Amino acid sequence: MGSKAVLQVTNVLKTFGGLKALNNLNLTIEEGTVHAIIGPNGAGKSTLLNVCIGQLTPDTGTVEFDGQIITGLAPHEISQRGISRVFQTPQIFEDLDILQNVMIPALAHIDGQFTFNAVKDLRHRNEVKRAAMEIIEQMNLGDQLHDRAGAMSRGNKRRLELAMCLVQKPKLLLLDEPTAGMARADTNQTIEILKKIKATGMTKVIIEHDMNVVFSLADRVSVLAQGTIIAEGTPQEIRESEIVKEAYLGGAKI
Amino acid sequence: MLRGFLKINMKKLLKNNLVIMIIFSVVVLTMPIWMQPFGAAYPDILQKFVIFGVFAIGYNILFGLTGYLSFGHAAFLGVGSYTAVWSFKLLTMNIIPAIILSVIMSGIFAVLMGYVALRRSGIYFSILTLAFAQMCYNLAYSVLTPITNGETGLQLAKSDPRVIDRLFSEAGEGLPSTTLFGIETSGYSGFYISAVVMIIVFYISLKIFNSSFGLKLKAIKSNQNRMRYLGFNTRPYLLTAFVISGMYAGLAGGLLAATDPLAGAERMQWTASGEVILMTILGGVGTLFGPLLGVIIIKYFENIFSAINQLDLHSFYSIFPTWLENAMVSISSLFVGEGWHMTLGLLFMLVVAFLPGGVLEGMQLTYKKLTTYVSKKRNKTGGESKKETGVNHGK
Ligand SMILES: Nc1ncnc2c1ncn2[C@@H]1O[C@H](COP(=O)(O)OP(=O)(O)OP(=O)(O)O)[C@@H](O)[C@H]1O
Ligand SMILES: [Mg+2]
Repeated sequence: MGSKAVLQVTNVLKTFGGLKALNNLNLTIEEGTVHAIIGPNGAGKSTLLNVCIGQLTPDTGTVEFDGQIITGLAPHEISQRGISRVFQTPQIFEDLDILQNVMIPALAHIDGQFTFNAVKDLRHRNEVKRAAMEIIEQMNLGDQLHDRAGAMSRGNKRRLELAMCLVQKPKLLLLDEPTAGMARADTNQTIEILKKIKATGMTKVIIEHDMNVVFSLADRVSVLAQGTIIAEGTPQEIRESEIVKEAYLGGAKI
Repeated sequence: MLRGFLKINMKKLLKNNLVIMIIFSVVVLTMPIWMQPFGAAYPDILQKFVIFGVFAIGYNILFGLTGYLSFGHAAFLGVGSYTAVWSFKLLTMNIIPAIILSVIMSGIFAVLMGYVALRRSGIYFSILTLAFAQMCYNLAYSVLTPITNGETGLQLAKSDPRVIDRLFSEAGEGLPSTTLFGIETSGYSGFYISAVVMIIVFYISLKIFNSSFGLKLKAIKSNQNRMRYLGFNTRPYLLTAFVISGMYAGLAGGLLAATDPLAGAERMQWTASGEVILMTILGGVGTLFGPLLGVIIIKYFENIFSAINQLDLHSFYSIFPTWLENAMVSISSLFVGEGWHMTLGLLFMLVVAFLPGGVLEGMQLTYKKLTTYVSKKRNKTGGESKKETGVNHGK
C-alpha cells in the first residue's frame, strides 16, 4: 500500500442556508486503499462526494486529486481525470438498453469530452463493445444485454451503474451505498465483485451503512457526523472506539 | 423450421442498412405511381413531400435524439431560401451553388442561435429559439428589406447580374429558370432531384442514428447529468446536433427555392416551425420513418383536403338518397376545405392522447396484433393436429 494521497480534501465548508452540511472537513484518501466513510443519516456523506465530483462547489476549502486542485472544474473535466461515482439513487440511462448504458462510459474513455469523428467511431466500435460486454458479464447481467435499463430491479440498476463506472477504469471510484436496497444474496454478490476489484488495486471510497460490508472490505474507516470527521482508523480501531459508539453506532449496532 | 429460419433472416435483413436504403429509395422514387389513387401524384405536392421530408428528417435529429424542442427551425428554412435566391440572382441559375450556399448560411445561423439557446434547456431553450426566429422574421420585414425585399418577397429579375452564367452565355429573353446543368428543376424533374437529395440525407441521418454520436445524443436525452458525470461535455454535442438539423432545414429551404425561385418571410414565421413539430410528433418522434409519415399526412391534408369543396362532396355521396346525401355533405364539409385545420387538429389530439409514439407506433402495434392473432390461430390448428397424431400412436 503506497502512502501517496490520491484525494486530499482540505478545510471544506459547504452550507445550505444555515445548515453546515460539511463543516471544515479534512480527509486524505491514500492510493490503493479502500476507504469507508460511515456516519448517521444527514451527516454529509453524499454532500462530500458531490463536492469531490464537481456537482457542488464548496463555500471554502479545496479538493486535490492526484496532486492537482480540482475544485471549480466542471464535472466532466473531473470525470475525465479519473474519478467515477456510483450514486445513492442509481443514475443510469433508463431509456437505453444495458449494453448501450455500458458502452457510453466506455466511449468516454476513448473519445474524451467531445468527439465527432465517424472514422474513429468505426475503428473503436468493436473494442468498445467488447469492453462493455466483458464488464457486463462480470456483473452477471449478460443475459439481459438488450433489456431496457429502466425496467430493471433496483439491485440490478445499482450493479449496472457499478459496471458503467468500472468500464471507465477510474483511478478513484466513489461508491455511495452500493448495496442499499439490495436483497441479501445480491449484497453478497456485490461484495464479491467489490473484493475482486479491490485486488486490482483501484482506490475506492465507499459509503456504507451495512457494517458487514464495511468490515469485510475497508482498509480504513472514517466516521462522519454533522459535517466533520470525528474519528478515523482501521476497521478494528473504529469498532472499539468509544466516541464512535456514542456518536453513531449507539453501541448496539455492532 | 424453415419458416422460423426465414423469419429470423427477414428480421436481420430489415435491419441491414443497405436493404433499408434500397426499399426506401424505391418507395420514394415510385411516389408518382403509388400516390395516384390518393390524388396526390402531381409534381407540386410531390416536391413538398420530399422537401419537407428533408426538413423533418433534420428536425428529428435534434428533437428525436436529444429531446430539445426548437421553435425556431423555420428561420433556417427561410435563411436557406433567401440564400438560394440570392445565389440565383448574383451567381448562376444552377442549383448546386445555391444549395451549397444555403446549407452553409443556415449552418452559420444555427451556430449563432444554438450557441445562445443551448445555455438553457427545457422550456427556456424553446422560448429562446422562438424569440430568435421571430426576430429573424421581423427583421426580414423591416430593417433587412434591401436583402429580403420585404412583403413582396425576393424574386428573380431580368437585370440580375448572374456573373457565372454571363461568363458562358449572354442573358436571354425573359426570366431564366433554375437548372441542374441544363435539366429543368421544376415539375417532375424537380421532384426527382429533391427526392434524390432526400434519400441521401436520409442515409446520413440513418448513419447518425446508428453511430456512437447518435447514441450519446440519446443518452443526453435520457439523463444529461449522468453524461456529465461520465466525462462528456454535453454542450458541444447538443450544438453539433442543433447545427446539423439547422443545415437540414437550410437545405430544405434551398430546395424550395430551387423548385420555385422566390423567397418570402412567411417561411420563417413560427407557424412554419410549429408545422415541423406537428409532423415529427404526429409521425413518431425519434423514429427514422415517423417524421416522413408525418410530412405526408400533414402536406396531404394541407393540399388535398383543403381543396375539396361542396361539389366534390356531393358527387362523392351521390349514391345515397338526396336527404342523406345533403346531411352527409353538411357534416363532412366541416372537415374539408377551410375546415381541414380542424381535421388535422383532431387527428393530432387523438395521436398525442392515445399514441404518444405517433402514427408509426400505431401502425406497428396494429401489425403486431395482427401477426400474433394470425400465429395464434395457426398454433391452435397446429396443436390440434398434433394431438390427433398422438392419439393415433396410442392406438
Ligand atoms: N442540495 C441540497 N440542498 C439543501 N440541503 C441539502 C442538499 N443536499 C444535502 N442537503 C442537506 O445536507 C445534509 C447532509 O446531506 P447528505 O445527503 O450529505 O447526508 P448523507 O450523510 O448522505 O445522509 P444519508 O445517509 O441519508 O444519505 C442533510 O441535512 C441534507 O438535508
Ligand atoms: Mg447520502
